[in-house]
Amino acid sequence: MTSTYLTRPQAIDPATVTGWGVDADPRNDPTYPIRERSGDPGPGKVWDRPTQQHPQVEVLRSIEHNRLPAVVGTSTPPSGLSGMMRRAAFHYSESDWTHWLMLLGADRVNMVEGIVTDLARGKVPNIPAEMGVRAAWKHDRTALVTKAAVTVAVSALAIALLRQRQHRQRPHDVRPVHGRAGGGRERRALAGSTT
Amino acid sequence: MLAADYRGPRRVRADHKPMPTIQHPRDAIVRVTRSCICGSDLHLYNGLVPDTRVGMTFGHEFTGIVEEVGAEVGNLNPGDHVIVPFNIACGQCHFCKQGLYGNCHESNAQATAVGGIFGYSHTAGGYDGGQAQYVRVPYADFGPTLIPDGMDIEDAVLLTDVVPTGYQAAEMAGIQRGDTVVVFGAGPVGIMAARCAWLFGAGRVIVIDYLHYRLEFARAYAPAEVYDFREIDDMAVFIKKQTDSLGADVCIDAVGADASGNILHTLFGKKIPIEAGSALPLHWAINSVKKGGIVSVVGVYGPTGNMIPIGNVVNKGITIRANQASVKRLLPRLIEHVQAGRINPKALITHRVPLEDVSDAYHMFSSKLDGCIKPVLLPNGV
Repeated sequence: MTSTYLTRPQAIDPATVTGWGVDADPRNDPTYPIRERSGDPGPGKVWDRPTQQHPQVEVLRSIEHNRLPAVVGTSTPPSGLSGMMRRAAFHYSESDWTHWLMLLGADRVNMVEGIVTDLARGKVPNIPAEMGVRAAWKHDRTALVTKAAVTVAVSALAIALLRQRQHRQRPHDVRPVHGRAGGGRERRALAGSTT
Repeated sequence: MLAADYRGPRRVRADHKPMPTIQHPRDAIVRVTRSCICGSDLHLYNGLVPDTRVGMTFGHEFTGIVEEVGAEVGNLNPGDHVIVPFNIACGQCHFCKQGLYGNCHESNAQATAVGGIFGYSHTAGGYDGGQAQYVRVPYADFGPTLIPDGMDIEDAVLLTDVVPTGYQAAEMAGIQRGDTVVVFGAGPVGIMAARCAWLFGAGRVIVIDYLHYRLEFARAYAPAEVYDFREIDDMAVFIKKQTDSLGADVCIDAVGADASGNILHTLFGKKIPIEAGSALPLHWAINSVKKGGIVSVVGVYGPTGNMIPIGNVVNKGITIRANQASVKRLLPRLIEHVQAGRINPKALITHRVPLEDVSDAYHMFSSKLDGCIKPVLLPNGV
């Protein structure tokens, strides 16, 4: 950014501003008692920082931070395709929807990666069990059975429709000139050859 | 060790993970004795919170016994049984110095909008949580509080989040004697907010939900007037009729992103998450509170945006107050309330579940089965 009078620091001493603080009223504080204002008065917001943790894994950092917080979480560092998406997301601020939408996308990719990782380790994830099917069977059997029946019915319907469509398309594929749909160019060409 | 392991939306399993280690001189390792599933965990469980990574362990409401402490932890010893606030707070940054322990600036690398929270996605710092046999507790010299002698462990575990969040919802609402308070949501936090509204002098407390077993519980426990929103044509009109057309003095949103009850909010907030969750209770709160009234928000939403009638906030002169509960700030007073019998936290607990059955516990809580109000996991047995 070009440095202009708008971007250069412009510190103003409040004491030089006419009328500064004449109506200040500590009782007019809607944040009371949530915020203990005496804890850190004045514009200078400094504190003795805790000892800095040096994480042994990759920790992504919001670009709204000017430094790594003293303590960080090290659970599940970014990896794979989802990790690449997360790293890209952290080029955007928390104020930018791109940041969050990319992270949500990464979460979905990560879910697939989790299944692949399980399989690579020789473990077939028991997805119904992970979704609590036992509790559903015990406490909500009707809904579970209904849901399963609807899923099976919708799947069967979708397969039937797909097969029907494939069946309809088959004659068109083998007889393009005489088919009911499509083949117009061929028909016109054929007609042209007879005139 | 055994720990809950998130595998994707609506998929959690108990799995073996490496033991946590001391990574900072102010860390402690705690053996978990009780660990709740929170209503806000369901936002993670349902995949609504960005940067919720597969393999993470959830759980921000837990008590435990200190196993090991870092070099800078001088106030805890192995064997101490502690309440661990859900906030991870350093106690010395600009925000902590103001008592805003939910907004610590030294505990969340991934976001500045919220401090670190145990087991609550990388958007809240990327810390594994307490739905495990063991957990790393950062800033252990500041956050954890010894469980007072004689206090039931099941009362103690609810002091990590549910009680302080419900209490702070009422506190932020600035309730004055005689005020009419409407609480949206009869989950554990909503029920507790309704209970605490009386402690601040409310004259009338109304709780809105659609689950009758929870409304019945709230009616007896808070106590409160209760209504099923499915039997109400228009929430704002209903509340106005209850309050001589003025509106409630205070409305509290104790639901957050998973709210039911409106097709548009469900579609855009939960099915195709363009909104940061379904904001129906906040919408209702804004339109049901009186002019100049206060809306207090403790329901958890994602970090993007929501469709709420912000124009009405301006025109009605509403004050909206919201935050994650500052647990450490509130604990001394809340311990007094529990010891004096004014609050009975453990009455909320309906299910006690071994950690091995965490998948079923999540499904049961999420789907509101078997009269579930508050499930507690037992990671190391009873």
